[in-house]
Amino acid sequence: MEAVRTQPHTTKSRFLFSTSTFQTLVWGLVLLAAFVISPWIQQGINPYWFTIIIYCGINIILAVSLNLVNGFTGQFSIGHAGFMAVGAYVAAVVTMALGANPAWNEFVASSGIPANAVLPIGLCLGGVAAAGAGYMVGMPSLRLRGDYLAIVTLGFGEIIRVVMMNTEAVGGASGLNNIPFLSDFGWVYSSVVLTVFCVWRMVHSSHGRTLLAVREDEIAGEAMGVNTTQAKVRAFAMGAFFAGIAGGLYAHQLQILTPQTFDFNRSFEIVIMVVLGGMGSISGSVVAAILLTVLREALRVIQTWYEIDIRMVIYSLVLIILMLTRPNGLFGSREIIDFFPASLRRKLAGRAEARGGVKQ
Amino acid sequence: MDQFLQHVINALSLGSIYALIALGYTMVFGVLQLINFAHGEIYMLGAFTGMYTIRWLRLEEHPGIGSLIIALIAAMAASATAGFVIERLAYRPLRKSPRINLLITAVGVSLFLQYTGQLIFGSDPQFFPTGILELEGYNWSYGDLVIEPMQIVALVLALILMVVLQYIIFRTRLGRAMRAVSFNHDLASLMGIPTNQIISATFMLGSALAGAAGVLVGLIYPKIDPLMGTMPGLKAFVAAVLGGIGNVTGAVLGAFTLGLAEEFLVGYWVPTYRDALAFGILILILLFKPSGLLGVHRAEKV
Amino acid sequence: MNMRLVTRVTLGFAVVVPLAVGPTVEAQSADDFIKIGEVGSTTGSEATFGVATHQGVDLAIKEINATGGIQGKKLKVILLDDQGKPEEAATATTRLITQDKVTAIIGEVASSRSLAMAPIAQQNKIPMISPSSTNPKVTEIGDYIFRVCFIDPFQGFVMARFAAENLKIKRVAILRDVKNDYSVGLAKYFTETFKKLGGDIVLDQSYSAGDIDFKSQLTAIRATKPEAIFVPGYYTEVGLIARQARSLGIKVPMLGGDGWDSPKLLQIGGKAMEGAYFSNHYSAEDKSPHVQAFIDRYRKAYKDTPSGLAAMGFDATMVLADAMKRAKSLATSDIRAALAVTKDYQGVTGRISIDQQRNAVKPAVVLKVVNGSFSYESTIRPG
Repeated sequence: MEAVRTQPHTTKSRFLFSTSTFQTLVWGLVLLAAFVISPWIQQGINPYWFTIIIYCGINIILAVSLNLVNGFTGQFSIGHAGFMAVGAYVAAVVTMALGANPAWNEFVASSGIPANAVLPIGLCLGGVAAAGAGYMVGMPSLRLRGDYLAIVTLGFGEIIRVVMMNTEAVGGASGLNNIPFLSDFGWVYSSVVLTVFCVWRMVHSSHGRTLLAVREDEIAGEAMGVNTTQAKVRAFAMGAFFAGIAGGLYAHQLQILTPQTFDFNRSFEIVIMVVLGGMGSISGSVVAAILLTVLREALRVIQTWYEIDIRMVIYSLVLIILMLTRPNGLFGSREIIDFFPASLRRKLAGRAEARGGVKQ
Repeated sequence: MDQFLQHVINALSLGSIYALIALGYTMVFGVLQLINFAHGEIYMLGAFTGMYTIRWLRLEEHPGIGSLIIALIAAMAASATAGFVIERLAYRPLRKSPRINLLITAVGVSLFLQYTGQLIFGSDPQFFPTGILELEGYNWSYGDLVIEPMQIVALVLALILMVVLQYIIFRTRLGRAMRAVSFNHDLASLMGIPTNQIISATFMLGSALAGAAGVLVGLIYPKIDPLMGTMPGLKAFVAAVLGGIGNVTGAVLGAFTLGLAEEFLVGYWVPTYRDALAFGILILILLFKPSGLLGVHRAEKV
Repeated sequence: MNMRLVTRVTLGFAVVVPLAVGPTVEAQSADDFIKIGEVGSTTGSEATFGVATHQGVDLAIKEINATGGIQGKKLKVILLDDQGKPEEAATATTRLITQDKVTAIIGEVASSRSLAMAPIAQQNKIPMISPSSTNPKVTEIGDYIFRVCFIDPFQGFVMARFAAENLKIKRVAILRDVKNDYSVGLAKYFTETFKKLGGDIVLDQSYSAGDIDFKSQLTAIRATKPEAIFVPGYYTEVGLIARQARSLGIKVPMLGGDGWDSPKLLQIGGKAMEGAYFSNHYSAEDKSPHVQAFIDRYRKAYKDTPSGLAAMGFDATMVLADAMKRAKSLATSDIRAALAVTKDYQGVTGRISIDQQRNAVKPAVVLKVVNGSFSYESTIRPG
């Protein structure tokens, strides 16, 4: 892997609050745009494509948040679906409980807030629950060398499934159904923007440099006074939080949740998105998530011709070959912005040189 | 009382299955410090090779120990080859890469084998021809207590293999080389140890053990399918960590502990949490004694 | 170098996107067909179910087309695989409705997938018939959702009544598959009826699909000395359960549901399956001419005896075709209306009538394992 980027330390590197006015404006506008074009998208686009667009968004959130753990911190989590499940179930239970609660409905009617305002409440609680679960899982395994995390996260996914299966309140094996359909374009893509923004800020703050230190050389980082366990756990919990959000959006898109949905294969799909896009590249994850979501549908057509499932065979083979020949994935740890001409780049990012650094 | 003893017998038989898989796991980990996710799939390959050997050679028509040995040898040879090929093609080129790349490849190999297995063998479970040993009806019973001959075979075999491996590791040149490679890869090669060959040999040995386990499990639980390796593989890993990973005696001890824990959880308490138990144990052991029951704490290398 | 990579990515998209849209253009040109969508798990761990159902559907389509089709048009089935995942089933349904413009949808076997599909079919007002989703919730989604199989409460009732009245049994232990909503539901309804009939559930144990060792559950069951064990799981595990039960010295009969219906059950279970009973949709021993004709045709096409799922797929398609023939027009609302008044349709799996809740009212058969094959034991009617 490439050398640690030399990140010029600026005084304005506090997480979330320190971005330039120009950037804040751009992010804010993008966030707003998601809501503004939402009704147009919903009306104007064929429902089949609309569904794919929604799944693209959900997968982007999953891939970018996993990238924080697998890419930037260099840990290997293969239980992202488990956190997604926690978020999905909590969010669905919250919106269904509030939807059935007369006091809440009265409050909505009287205060004039939109009826689907219940979704962000569910999403936030789901995200927090997932982050809590992430903390619990991360604490014991992240103290040790990275390999254990892989198997513990895998096991955690299994535990979550078993717990859901045995909890009658969330439907047990038959799952939750009749979840309201609330995941419209606006909510999904504003969550996407928020995720990308937060991960971006996280990575380009001093916390982010801590994470890179963990990835490149844990022992050297420790020697430099970095609390590596704390840094890892923090990244892990944050990744889990956004996985939980994605889970909540997923629940309110599909309208049914079963424990079997969140199996190891789903975690694996997210891992391959991160690896394909490039571990350590946010825009790479975005592109790979879109690519694989669309590819899944494209391969469905091939599948109806051959009537054999070759998707997972292809995915796993791609993963092995990528690791052997191009472990950096499509983008390595560069961002899509790095591919633009320098003049355009400066204009776009304002502080392009702040994230520049040594290329391979 | 009979019921309690029966549970103990069941647990020992279950534990010996885990032990057979965990032995190979722990060997590979000991030398490469790699969680070989594909180990469970090699065990699956062993079971299928055994089944096809029995079918093609019509071994069922000549039941007996001889037929069993032929099936075992075929399965072990196929698994060892698979292990060798996987190590050579997928793991060796990555020896100098970051650990995470190696782990990702291991997961990729595991899934590749699972899904190619589904394409080749079909996803419907197959029947493992138990007819090669005429043991049905030879159960030994005392009151309500029942012991099957295959349970004894598995238990004895697990213990014998443990002793043999212990001997190989601590009393032979190969074993000494393995320990040297495990202790410090670069230093070992400076001392003139052919590290790549040693690692290949370890992989083949561990995979052959998995193949043998596949055939034995097929005989005891005659239902095999391409996904059969996943859960036992993970549980065997937990057993290996529980006993102290890289430690052969520890793997067997961990496997029996896990077998007992599962058996009593299911028999006396909440059967539905069985699959969660193994991972719960894993999290607890990592929290309180990461080196495992018999492991020694080893400082990480700078 | 950087630009080259970007170009490659862009090119990749340029190849993939048309691939996803392409074939739909071709599909829309065929106007003299009535298109029927089918969603099933033809791959994945539950592939057997999807494949068997599809073979039944295919046979029915061929038969309908051979006899002149419907209102002068031939039927064409478009099968999409869902790999056994609810999410994929939902996307496949959306695709069938909006891209392929199907008139009706057949699917799914598993209730969890049918539950993901039903809201979409209902919203687009496309009639959907599930061949064998037995969870009552499926048809509660809306008035466009039908099924041709009986529901879990009835199947649980059948086995409970069979145990209590035909076998005269009082003490039953249950061993269910917690991973499976079908198994959990069946166990619940069995318990309800069996207790009502004066029986006693001595122990309720569970396992999860994929397990291979059931001795600890069976040891616990053995201690309670039941007169029968109800195992409402799939054939994949039941064979092993039977073997281990026998080797632990448990000699009482085992009871089960339609998930047992596969030749693999007998292969894996061997002698241990002898004397076991399970409820099913139909019996291959049924001597009625139309059942035998179906079995003959199926054997000719697939060299195998049709399973219950194949028969259900066949009946689902036939019931749909029957409704299309009776419908005023081929508008989906007319087909829906015709489906809703289906009465006494003589299917392979019995006389099918659709009730107010859009469920099929029909009898179930109980089969017994005798000398390594399924033999007809009795028929239990609703009510």
